[in-house]
Amino acid sequence: MRIGMTVNAAAYDHDVEARTLLVQYLREACGLTGTKIGCDTSSCGACTVLVDGESVKSCTMLAAQADGASVTTIEGLARGDEWHPVQTAFHENHGLQCGYCTAGMVLASVSLLEEIPNPTERDVRLGLEGNLCRCTGYHNIVKSVLAAAEAMRGAK
Amino acid sequence: MIPAAFDYVRAGSAAEAVSLIGEHGEDAKFLAGGMSLLPLMKLRLATPSVLVDLGRVRDLSYVRDGGDHLAIGALTRHRDLETSDVLAQHCVVLQAVAAQVGDNQVRHRGTIGGSVAHGDPASDLPAALLALDATFVVQGPNGTRDLAASEFFRGFLETALSPDELLIEIRVRKTGATGFAYEKFNRRAQDWAIVGALAARVNGGTHVALVNMGGTPLRAVAVETALAQGASAADAAREAAVGTEPPADLNASPEYRAHLAQVLVRRALEAI
Repeated sequence: MRIGMTVNAAAYDHDVEARTLLVQYLREACGLTGTKIGCDTSSCGACTVLVDGESVKSCTMLAAQADGASVTTIEGLARGDEWHPVQTAFHENHGLQCGYCTAGMVLASVSLLEEIPNPTERDVRLGLEGNLCRCTGYHNIVKSVLAAAEAMRGAK
Repeated sequence: MIPAAFDYVRAGSAAEAVSLIGEHGEDAKFLAGGMSLLPLMKLRLATPSVLVDLGRVRDLSYVRDGGDHLAIGALTRHRDLETSDVLAQHCVVLQAVAAQVGDNQVRHRGTIGGSVAHGDPASDLPAALLALDATFVVQGPNGTRDLAASEFFRGFLETALSPDELLIEIRVRKTGATGFAYEKFNRRAQDWAIVGALAARVNGGTHVALVNMGGTPLRAVAVETALAQGASAADAAREAAVGTEPPADLNASPEYRAHLAQVLVRRALEAI
């Protein structure tokens, strides 16, 4: 079947099998390998991308379901050379170690801050419950998201 | 993991969805948010030959004040329940339970109707709707019919829906912000409940529902009866596992689940 979507502000369309998962489509058809496949069972959140601005697990969505949608992956978050405030905060607060969960963690955080611009630490921990990190123990991730929230409020 | 091949068709309305499922026969399945069906398909535990995608049936996403009840479109996402002003005013318990389903990503895709139609005894919303005496409106080739939640859940992943019927609306009574508590016990934040217990004051009585204590979501009838006869929360909660057949799995034995049910029901009753 023919599907098309906007990914990181660029238009893509391809012939795909109906069973193509969104994460496969992004990685293999669009060549955007920043989105990782972790558990492949919608537990770990490594494959999190934004579909029409909201976080979803792209291993548990058909590409066909995103037909016509606007998708943002980690590659599309920065504006040119300027990182998104969440990316900057993860960098400055050492919010990652091996980095495998980071793309998903960052996009889940962007979506969370869209819904809760002024989160408490508890809001952040609950809001990221769908994203697993096996390195950091989460402390610096939470610190990063709180720092990003502050930076984004300051910028408004 | 990739699902087995299937044909994909898209419905634009409930009527079209029902007609498409009729056309494609019993091996066709409706796809709502896909949060339960797609994982089953990836594991090849479900291999439908045709998926009828309901994602474009936008007019089944709503929460409306129906006067003496609330009407919730079957394709309303958990996220929309969480943020619904109508629920915040008239049925806080449903809002609170929706907020406990899965994680943010799951709640951005999953729908109340999908959760109900899937009929998983480990899911949060079916038990809550059972406690609230919900009515399910289903549409088939010959029109619509209403089904009481109490007669809807028939067995593990089995409901009273015929293969050619679509759940279109869920109706619940208004409970406002009256007392309720949902005790969901799990090891990882985003997981299904190992056991869950919901207690809510409904219509002058106390309703208690159990998650993952049998093949279907259950009402803790013995607890409700004990309470109606004046038993204390602690005494009534001892009846929580009566008549249940809790499953055994990696997380828990039936005996442990029976114990959990008593503890969680007591906590829920003491909180309301």
